[in-house]
Amino acid sequence: MATPGVPPAATPVATSGGAVKAAPWKDPTARPYVEVEHVCKSFGEFKAVDDVSLKIYKGEIFCLLGASGCGKTTLLRMLGGFETPTSGRIFIDGEDMTGVPPYERPVNMMFQSYALFPHMSVEQNVAFGLKQDRVPKAEIAERVATMLDLVKLGSFAKRKPHQLSGGQKQRVALARSLVKRPKLLLLDEPLGALDKKLREHTQFELISLQDKLGVTFVVVTHDQEEAMTLASRIGVMNHGEIVQAGTPSEIYEFPSSKFVADFVGSVNIFEGKLIEDEPEYVRIASLELGATIYVSHGISAAPEATVWAAVRPEKVFMSTAQPEGTDNVVRGAVQDIAYLGDLSIYLVKLPTGKVVRVTQPNTSRHAEAITWDQQVYLSWDSSSPVVVTR
Amino acid sequence: MNTRRSYFIVTCIAFGFAFLYIPILSMVVFSFNASKLVTVWDTANSPTLKWYYSLLHNDEILDAAWISLKVAVVNASGSVILGTLAGFGLARFTKFRGRFTLNAMTTAPLVMPEVITGLSLLLLFVALEQTIGWPAGRGITTMTIGHMTFSMAYVTVVVQSRLASFDTALEEAAMDLGARPLKVFFVITLPIIFPAILSGWLLAFTLSWDDLVISSFTSGPGSSTLPMVVFSKVRLGVSPEINVLATLTIAVVTLMIVGVSLWMARAARVEKTAA
Amino acid sequence: MKRTRHLQRVGITGRGLVVALPYVWLLLFFVVPFVIVLKISFSDIDLAIPPYKPLLEWTAKNSLAIKVNFNNYAFLFTDSLYINALLNSIKVAFISTILCLLIGYPMAYGIARSKPSTRNLLLLLVILPFWTSLLLRVYAWIGLLKANGVINNVLIWLGVIHEPLTMLYTPFAMYVGIVYSYLPFMILPLYANLEKMDWQLLEAAEDLGCRPYQAFYKITLPLSRNGMLAGSMLVFIPAVGEFVIPALLGGPNALMIGRVLWDEFFSNRAWPVASAVAILLLIILVPFMMWYQSVQARESAGAQ
Repeated sequence: MATPGVPPAATPVATSGGAVKAAPWKDPTARPYVEVEHVCKSFGEFKAVDDVSLKIYKGEIFCLLGASGCGKTTLLRMLGGFETPTSGRIFIDGEDMTGVPPYERPVNMMFQSYALFPHMSVEQNVAFGLKQDRVPKAEIAERVATMLDLVKLGSFAKRKPHQLSGGQKQRVALARSLVKRPKLLLLDEPLGALDKKLREHTQFELISLQDKLGVTFVVVTHDQEEAMTLASRIGVMNHGEIVQAGTPSEIYEFPSSKFVADFVGSVNIFEGKLIEDEPEYVRIASLELGATIYVSHGISAAPEATVWAAVRPEKVFMSTAQPEGTDNVVRGAVQDIAYLGDLSIYLVKLPTGKVVRVTQPNTSRHAEAITWDQQVYLSWDSSSPVVVTR
Repeated sequence: MNTRRSYFIVTCIAFGFAFLYIPILSMVVFSFNASKLVTVWDTANSPTLKWYYSLLHNDEILDAAWISLKVAVVNASGSVILGTLAGFGLARFTKFRGRFTLNAMTTAPLVMPEVITGLSLLLLFVALEQTIGWPAGRGITTMTIGHMTFSMAYVTVVVQSRLASFDTALEEAAMDLGARPLKVFFVITLPIIFPAILSGWLLAFTLSWDDLVISSFTSGPGSSTLPMVVFSKVRLGVSPEINVLATLTIAVVTLMIVGVSLWMARAARVEKTAA
Repeated sequence: MKRTRHLQRVGITGRGLVVALPYVWLLLFFVVPFVIVLKISFSDIDLAIPPYKPLLEWTAKNSLAIKVNFNNYAFLFTDSLYINALLNSIKVAFISTILCLLIGYPMAYGIARSKPSTRNLLLLLVILPFWTSLLLRVYAWIGLLKANGVINNVLIWLGVIHEPLTMLYTPFAMYVGIVYSYLPFMILPLYANLEKMDWQLLEAAEDLGCRPYQAFYKITLPLSRNGMLAGSMLVFIPAVGEFVIPALLGGPNALMIGRVLWDEFFSNRAWPVASAVAILLLIILVPFMMWYQSVQARESAGAQ
């Protein structure tokens, strides 16, 4: 899980989500709340989850991010007790919960389809879990009412699920899964069924709710924007493995592989050979680029190794005037422009044939706009590229 | 869509339904015919209710109807239990020993000719009587057992297909909230699939009520069901009381079907919008 | 991924108990009887109650001997009655199936293509006869087809004919009866299959230059194959062994195996022979039943 090129800890690491303000994953003495230990799950010949180990800390919002079929849902279901690991163990708050069935776990799940019981009212749905625990009636009524007020559905208590809108159903599902004060809340694609505006609004609501209650969340999603907004940390999954786990900015700025770089956000990847390898810098000759890349930090790689330099589109400067220096500079012609209102995406074709993606915010309206077929110079700061070895 | 083709389809449908319903309607119409010849309309005295009166005082038919009713109710209730268990097992448990056999055993009765099933059941009861002394002669019990055996196959199909389209996330959610599997079944699954179970009950009831062949093989003296009495009458030709019986049956079936369909449509709508 | 696996957590005993009851019941009352039929088909007729000689006999040495006797099967093949009845039954069932398909397909197609509001009504109208007693519906045809029945009366009144037509107790009556009774069994599986069809495929075909009839032959028909097979099996297999319709409409000359079985059993008390006939019939029908099973499995696999 080493991220080559991660600068020393002095760099501030931005986290957006979670009740976690300090970063307990950096503290070697902190005890993880949920520990997944070398868990594998096979369905016949097919390995859905391949030797996954994770430490999740109390109060985190941990997102499992990946494309469909990567194993994230299977992993979530193992945390919930709906699947048993083929091998490996799962600990929750120090207890081995590997074989424990869902009705005996202090874990609750919010289902993708919400799974509200259609023959029960909102109230009865939320009270269901408490009834199973034989909580006294008065206490149930009180806790249900409080929870419904918290999700702002107090006046909907007597309604049936088919009388609710999508967003309201989601809040009932949330209330139902939180009312038991579980140690861990699992959310399966929680915002998938909502439209864009509602999604944004709900994202922040989720974060504030989690902050208030201090519950640890594990969220599964294929939407990287969702993951970046919600998560205190993201675990990127591919083919049943966790390929990188870290804070959103770590994942975005310092991906550990081509896959992660390409999966989260868009990226330009240039293949090249290491020609100079020093502790403070490296120089890469890239035929694809038709230039050399100078990166202002060291990496750990074999000499003369093939590496890939990843540069994010927003970190590429585009200008009509030639910038100074020979490293990190190329020339090309603008092939395509997509105007998105707040920013524009430019596809610039290099003489080598490679197409580079550049995004620029539309900060002002100037007469000197860049158009199709225009010759431009692309350059970037030497701290911008991330070098990956796989 | 091509209007020429749609005319063709519409005419086909019209003729098809005419084909299906003219016999039924003719039976209903002639139940009011005063003539004993049934199909020769006696304009002088018809329409009349005299055959209705005569049917409702025909002891042979009434006794047979009572026996049919008893058998049908017990059969329906028993089949529903067996069929729901089988349907649930086949729909939810993907692999268990004997799954193939159970699947085969619940689909075979649907297509097998009744004479074979009836014959085999009779031979079974005879052999059982010989070896262990039960059942002592054939009658209502053996008939009910025979009916249940083929009815439960139908109930299994109904329940199994209902459960296949059932959102298992509901069951998982209930378990996640602390309910054990058995509780989940009774508190969540059963109430939601109840319309399917009810229609399974009605299906089993109707199959038993109308059954002739298996009843004939598995019944004994004094346990004639309504279809058996009707058959013996009808072998000799038409009979106006049978027309009356047909009309009453059709009326009841129509009400029943319309009622159940409306209920099921409402229930399905509720669950679909809740998801 | 179908999520039925959550119940794998219910222990082996839990699951076992659920399926055990129906399993044992069917084993005892469905499968075992067939074994008995098989055994009796190998035994001799006896003027006793029950009318067959016991199968297991204690010999002088106190060991069990099973008397197996192929006389009954030999008898079946020497006396042409049974073979003729069997072949005739298959022929009648086959022709009836084709007729049901010809009448039922347009109906199922029309219902599947109709507006949802009319569709439910039409389906209800198809299902209603299915729930009404077969016996009564066949009886209705007696009233229609006999010499002074409705059809003859109407035709004479209209002046189309002067002498009543002989329709009852003919093969024609039997075909009418079978097609009439089994039509819903053809329509419903066909409808279920056609309802799932993506009608935009036809539009795409027409957009690419296909005429409507061609589109039907090349796209709709092949895609509805499973529905046609399922409906055909649901008509053919039970029709082979049908008893009521030949008995009421076919007259004494209607040679159907179901009727032969009934007569052998009740009138002649020739139980061993009847058992042999039943076994023969089963052997012929089992491949079709297995075909039906596989069609159903393919259909539900495709639906997932």
